[in-house]
This record gives sequence, C-alpha cells and structure tokens, in this order.
Amino acid sequence: MSEPLLVARGVTRRFGGFLALDQVDLSVSAGERVGLIGPNGSGKSTLVNCIAGTLRHGAGSIRFDGRDVGGLAPHRRVRLGIARSFQIPRPFASMTVRENLLVPLSYADGSRPRRDRAALADEAMAILRQVGLEAKADRRSGELTQVDMRKLELARAVAARPKLLVSDEAMAGLSSSEMDDIIGILLEMKGRGIAVVLIEHIMRAVVRFSERIAVLVAGRKVADGAPETVLRHPEVERAYLGQ
Amino acid sequence: MTTPRFTALVVGLAAAGTALAVRLVANDYLFSAGYTVLQFVVLASAWNILGGFTGYVNFGSAAFFALGVYSSVVLNNLFPAPVALCVAAGTAVAALVGLGMGYLTLRLRGVFFAIATLAFAQVLLTFVVNWDFVGGARGAYLVLRHGPPPGFRSNAQWLFAVMALMAAGSLALARWVQTSTMGRGLAAIRDDEVAAECAGVPTLRLKLASTALSGGLMGMAGATFPYFLLYVEPGGVFSLSYAVNSIAMPLIGGMHSWAGPLLGALLLGIAQQVLQVTVSADWNLFLVGALLVVFVTVAPEGIVGWARRRRPSEAPP
Repeated sequence: MSEPLLVARGVTRRFGGFLALDQVDLSVSAGERVGLIGPNGSGKSTLVNCIAGTLRHGAGSIRFDGRDVGGLAPHRRVRLGIARSFQIPRPFASMTVRENLLVPLSYADGSRPRRDRAALADEAMAILRQVGLEAKADRRSGELTQVDMRKLELARAVAARPKLLVSDEAMAGLSSSEMDDIIGILLEMKGRGIAVVLIEHIMRAVVRFSERIAVLVAGRKVADGAPETVLRHPEVERAYLGQ
Repeated sequence: MTTPRFTALVVGLAAAGTALAVRLVANDYLFSAGYTVLQFVVLASAWNILGGFTGYVNFGSAAFFALGVYSSVVLNNLFPAPVALCVAAGTAVAALVGLGMGYLTLRLRGVFFAIATLAFAQVLLTFVVNWDFVGGARGAYLVLRHGPPPGFRSNAQWLFAVMALMAAGSLALARWVQTSTMGRGLAAIRDDEVAAECAGVPTLRLKLASTALSGGLMGMAGATFPYFLLYVEPGGVFSLSYAVNSIAMPLIGGMHSWAGPLLGALLLGIAQQVLQVTVSADWNLFLVGALLVVFVTVAPEGIVGWARRRRPSEAPP
C-alpha cells in the first residue's frame, strides 16, 4: 500500500523551556476525516501551525503527498495541497467575499495555467454557492457575521484546491444550528476527495464528523483510533473528566 | 481598460499636454511649477505602491529620491551624462537599494518598519554629507553643457516634458500593479499577511517586488532634479517635505487606487505652488498638516474612497 497523504513523525516543538509538542505522530490518508481533540494548551494549534508551515517544527519530519515539506514556506505547502482555516477568522477585510476567494484561486495552484478572470470569478461563485454565501458575494468580508466568517474561512481554504484541509476550531462559539451548517460543509469535502483534520472542542461535532480521532494531551498523542474506542480510553477520560 | 491601452492613453495625454503647453505658455515659471507638481505625482504614486497597496508605511521617501539625485550627480561628475542615462541609472540604483532594504526590514511590521525607513534615510544622509565626491554638505553644482533639445525653448520646458512622461509612466505602472494578480496578492498582504501566505501568496517575493518598484520610481523622480535646480545640497534633497508629502498625497487622494495619489498630488501640489507665490513658502507644510487633519477625520479613505461611497446613495431610485 502506498504512503498516506500526510505523515508526521516525531514532530517536536519547543517554546523556550515549554515543550508544546513532544514527538507527535499523525498520519492522514487521502479523503479521510480525522478529529483532533485535546484540552486547552495541549498543542493542537501548534500542530496545525507546524503542518501548515506558519511555525517551523524542531525534531521530526512532516511528509505530504510523498515529499518532505518540513522546510517549505506556507505558500509552497498550500500549493502542494495543504490548506487551513484559522481559529479566529482572518478575512481579507478590505475585499468583498468573492475577492477573498480570488486570492487563493489566483495564487494557490501554481501548476495550473493562468485562466481568465471570468473563469476565476465563476469558480469563486461555485464555491460560495456550496457554502451558502452566494447571496453575500459582494459584501465586504469584514462586515460578515461570525458564522459567515467561518464559512468564508472554509470557502477560502477550499478555493486553494487542497488535498488536505486542516480546520482549526471552525465551530467555537456557534449555535447548534450554525454548527450543523458547518459540519454539513465539512462532510461535503469527502465528495471532493479532500481529507479533513478537524480540531474541535465540541465533542458532539467531533464524534459526528470523524472516522478516526486522535487525542493530544500536554503535547503528546495519547490515543488514536476509532471514535468509540478512543473516547473510552482511560487517559482521555482522565484528561477530559478528571479522576 | 487594458493595461496597454491605458498606458497609451496616459502617455499620449502627457505628450499632447506638453506639446500644447510648450506652444501656448511663454512663462517659464509655470513649467517649473508644473515640474514640481508632476514630480509629486511620481513620488506619491511610488509611495502608494508600497504604502497603499501593500500596507507598509515608508518614511524614507526622501532617501530614495536622493538616490536618484545623487546617481545623476555622480554620473555628471564623471562625464557629461545625458538625462535619459541618468534617469535609467537613478531608477536602477534606487530599485536595487529598495530591494536590499526590503530584504533587511520587511520582517518588521507597522510602526517598526516605518522607523526603520526613517533610520535608513538618516544613514544615507550622513553618508552623502560625508562623501566629498558628490560635494558633501557643501552641495554639488551641475553645469549644463547643452541647451534643451530642439522644439523646447528652455531647460524648464524640456524637464517638464521629461517629468510629464515619467508621471504618465508611473501612473500606468501603478494601475497595472493594482489591477493585476500581483495587486490582489499585495492587497491580501495588506489585509492579513499570515492569511495571505496561507492562501498561497508568496508574500516575501511580492513585498520585495513592491519595495523595488516603489523605490525605483522615487529614484526616477530624483534623477532629473539636479538638471532642474543645477545645484543640489543634502539638506534640500533629504528634506522632510518629500517624506511628508509622499505620504500625505495618497492619504488625501485615497490609498487603494492608482487615482488617489494622482488626485492628492495635483490638489496638494498645486495648492502648495499657489501658496508659495501668494503667501509664503513657509506655509506649505502647514497646509499639508491642516488638510491631513481634515481628511483623516472627514474622509479617512481619501477622495477616491469618499466618492465611491457617495455614488450608490446618489443613484436615482
């Protein structure tokens, strides 16, 4: 069998004396849906940043699609197919919603020949339709509501034509119906063949979404497997419920 | 409008305008005043590529302007250099220094980048003041060996024509940057650099292109300055008024579009020239300051932003 899409091995990251990630292994196959959970400060976001390249990891290696991406700048990793959304939405606030998508559409796929503007705009609208933002395409992105900003984050990540999407807490602070919207969007990624790593605190969402769950506690991976087994794991129970 | 068409249009307008002016206007003062205003069109457009499109505030405009000025001085000290060669050299030197400075300072954001550019201007000033070959603090004279080319009655007319072409070129370049894919990448950097990088924008490369273009155009504007004044000295070349004006003009005109710096430079530049003649030269920066206060409070997005915002409400129902 060929190598999984993402293979992180022994990834370690220190901030001064604080060990944020301690030899974390994580692999994700093409099209797979993986939930990544863990208490606050357990290193989830640090791991996302190391995979996306906004932070450099120390020891260990990160391979994606058969090549080592550890030394690559974030924009190079995006072009290879690693897209991410941010925990706190970071829209390009001076642009309209549609223009936000034109940025990754024009830049993220280096291999694709440059296409004309009309084709790019059509593609942006198609993505906006899928996340339910088409009516707001010409709004300034800085003026969107929280849930729409989360949708825009995901739409912008999809516009990069990724093979892997890392979604960093896309649902924090949303109502349950808004959450269902977001989960719906994430579940559709499977149809596009996009693997998703979902980082989330809201257990209901994680269980509903994930085919597999990995658990980080204090920078170490303590469990990784099918949701029902992982959630019964003693160390996970201890981390979440206390003893 | 496509870029080649727009370029042809502005260059054509500049050429036609100059030809008409040379035919109809006899007073050399008006050409000198026009030269100064157009010089600010170039400086403001150049500043806006880095400041308005990319979001990096450069307080060192005078330094890049001076690089152009002193490239010309050096060349003219070596041999009687033609204007075109000096313009090319000044542009190249300032673009290269812009690239280098960008590489060293672009990891700084916001205020810290601004301070670094201010410091850079001081370093370059100190260097020039102590460099004897270009006259040091005494300044340098430039002796014109030829009269103006055929068709121009005076040096001022000829330099006005050169500056008009350079202003047209700067506007065309600024508009191209704004409307191209590069402009979209720069705008993404301005809004959120990390998000831009994560959307596939090669942020470092684009920022370097932006500093090089911006610096190069400022150097270009400076290259003809010694021919214009025939005597340059560091205090004048590194004057605060260049740094302040090249920030104030885009701010007043509008920073998100190529048209903003043009409007701001025409408005402020002409007003300053009028003030200089009718009241006194000292009121120049006062005017800039007063207008800045007015615009920052009333129309923070400049004339262009203000006009855009008004348009929908004025449309008939």
